[in-house]
Amino acid sequence: MTSATTTTPTDASTRRTDASARRAGGIRRPMGAVGRRRPAARPRRNIVLTIVMALFVVYSFVPLAWLLINATKTQGDLFSTFGLGFGHHFALFQNIAETFTYKDGIFLHWFGNTLLYVVVGAGGATLLATLAGYGLAKFAFRGRRAVFAVVLGAIAVPGTALAVPTFLLFSQIGLTNTPWAIILPSLISPFGLYLVWTFAIDAVPTEVLEAARMDGASELRTFFTISLKLLAPGIVTVLLFAIVATWNNYFLPLIMLSDPTWYPLTVGLSQWSAQATGVGAQPIFNLVITGSLLTIVPIVVAFLFLQRYWQSGLAAGSVKS
Amino acid sequence: MKHSTRSSALRRLASVAAAGAVVAAALVGCSSSGNGAGGSSTDVNAALKEGGTITYWTWTPAAKAQVAAFEKAYPKVHVKLVNAGTNTTEYTKLQNAVKAGKGAPDVAQVEYYALPQFALSDSLVDLKQFGFDKLKKDFSVGPWGNVNVQGKLVGLPQDSGPMAMFYNKTVFDKYGISVPTTWAEYVDAAKKLHTADPNAYITSDSGDPGFATSMIWQAGGHPFKVDGTKVTINLQDSGTKKFTSVWNELVENKLLSQTPGWTDDWYKGLGNGDIATLITGAWMPGVLESSVPQASGQWAVAPIPTYDGKAVNAENGGSSEVVMKQSKNQALAAGFLKWLNDSKQSVDIFVKSGGGFPSTVADQNSDSFLNQAPAYFAGQKINKVLVDGAKNVLPGWQYLPYEVYANSIFADTVGQSYSSATSLDSGLENWQKQLISYGNQQGFTVKAGS
Repeated sequence: MTSATTTTPTDASTRRTDASARRAGGIRRPMGAVGRRRPAARPRRNIVLTIVMALFVVYSFVPLAWLLINATKTQGDLFSTFGLGFGHHFALFQNIAETFTYKDGIFLHWFGNTLLYVVVGAGGATLLATLAGYGLAKFAFRGRRAVFAVVLGAIAVPGTALAVPTFLLFSQIGLTNTPWAIILPSLISPFGLYLVWTFAIDAVPTEVLEAARMDGASELRTFFTISLKLLAPGIVTVLLFAIVATWNNYFLPLIMLSDPTWYPLTVGLSQWSAQATGVGAQPIFNLVITGSLLTIVPIVVAFLFLQRYWQSGLAAGSVKS
Repeated sequence: MKHSTRSSALRRLASVAAAGAVVAAALVGCSSSGNGAGGSSTDVNAALKEGGTITYWTWTPAAKAQVAAFEKAYPKVHVKLVNAGTNTTEYTKLQNAVKAGKGAPDVAQVEYYALPQFALSDSLVDLKQFGFDKLKKDFSVGPWGNVNVQGKLVGLPQDSGPMAMFYNKTVFDKYGISVPTTWAEYVDAAKKLHTADPNAYITSDSGDPGFATSMIWQAGGHPFKVDGTKVTINLQDSGTKKFTSVWNELVENKLLSQTPGWTDDWYKGLGNGDIATLITGAWMPGVLESSVPQASGQWAVAPIPTYDGKAVNAENGGSSEVVMKQSKNQALAAGFLKWLNDSKQSVDIFVKSGGGFPSTVADQNSDSFLNQAPAYFAGQKINKVLVDGAKNVLPGWQYLPYEVYANSIFADTVGQSYSSATSLDSGLENWQKQLISYGNQQGFTVKAGS
């Protein structure tokens, strides 16, 4: 996907980043420039690379195909038919209906929880990262280097390692087993901050900001009318990262929440899956599979909609780092 | 068969964190008991009359109906039913709540193997203070032994798992295999079956800590000896060696299906005859009936094979319910617990739901229970076999005070022997080595026994 962007420099947003980088007097040239140096050169075919690519496509699509096929089976067919073949009955709609109604519709409830965590958590994380990243990129103040070190350090610490200390902390202030236990940690995205920061350095030319100040615009007005638009590809990238991270968040809600009414989909589905184990086991593999399929649909839709921003945003980020 | 060996890294991390908390709390020593401490059997009755709200963590499917019946009998008591996760997931949360000092429920389900871990961190109420030690005669030997940890009564048994051999009679008949009564005959049956049908295996075992410890128990082994914080581990004692001498033959000759328990493939194997027997707890019939319907009429039950013809048995799986020290209303919690696990009304609901095998003597020996002849088992009176098995459980078995962690590293140690089809003894030695060093790191005094 990214290689397609670099060889076709017609993509509007790529060109804009490129142009703004030059205006800002940047020495480093963004990725679009690589393609421009040899505009007529057609990419040479490489059989080895094509095969590797094909293998990778298979590798990526087989699990998805498995999920799609098996979501159409009854539990009986799951136990008795070939994994990548269809069953005796086509039970997709029956499975979907059962997924939504099992245990008084708890799946829909979990779906709502996940949406809440994503909208507030990922949305908030993006907002905070944008404000902070822009501020750090465009305003000189004391301690900026210290912030830089802290942010870089924070990126290096995996969230999983922080989960248990965060749990103890939240437990002391009585926030465990509430939605805040998921939302508050999701609001912090050091990686997003770093991405906006590096992106803003070149995407928002300092000259433009100075011109706006000369014309008497307030900092806030400059931010909302000029900077925000220039930052859009970066913001969407951060937003997508945050959405995916929050949507797939598993370990933190697993230890923070003990009440299933606050579970997100990830933890809920894993609970359904664990039902197949031990004394009094009640396996519902067909619902776990159908539930998983339904869970990835919104993420796939989000990607399809925001894909073009994502590409250009990724490219921008990769060059600056 | 009880504990899944799928060891995700995250779960491992969680159990490490949890086990760390156990000993930290244990070493602080006996802290004063919680707010609502103290009480007697009269307090329990008074609390039930007065009413209140308690929280109950469980993953038992029967819980909803049980709680509804309880609230009908005691209208002033409200029980908040929460499924906080199945086994290890719940233990992690429970342990975290213990460490944090709040957030634990009043009553919680804890499997027998995990009880010592919570008992040692002094997070469970000793039910002797409510006079519950008098209930001893109500419960069968195996589970009652499990809920008595280091001189304290830390819970009441919910269900039990005296072991038995479940076998697919249709498969046995098809290949003219007679039902084994000794382990030597069992190995012969394994060979005969696998030669006749290369897809079929006598059973599936890719390394399950719950199964291995139960088998060592049945062979008369005492690999774990616990006295306070002093632990002795000997995974090469005579009982353990007795078990491995039989099981090594199956492992080294690749006579065991490597399908992990409780997966869709495993259920599939139980249904199509590829897995011909299960050596597991008496709670298995409910699972077979509800989840392997395609094999209805094919399965039968026999006593667990023995080493020398003398009937001995062990427990596999099963849970108790405990009252947490954090509970603000321990007397009420104890009252609910007593009704839950020691009243005919509640145990009947539990047994009918297919949730497990009762641990109360009265229910095990009732005529209606003994004379059940389920069509799934072709009309065999299976409960007679299972109840007989419960009487032969060897007393004196002990689990490690960090058994949850121990089980989580079983796949990395003994599991290696399974996957390379080599003697389990080297894997067990490796397991022992890691358990000793882990225990010592955690503040226990752990020695290798001889």
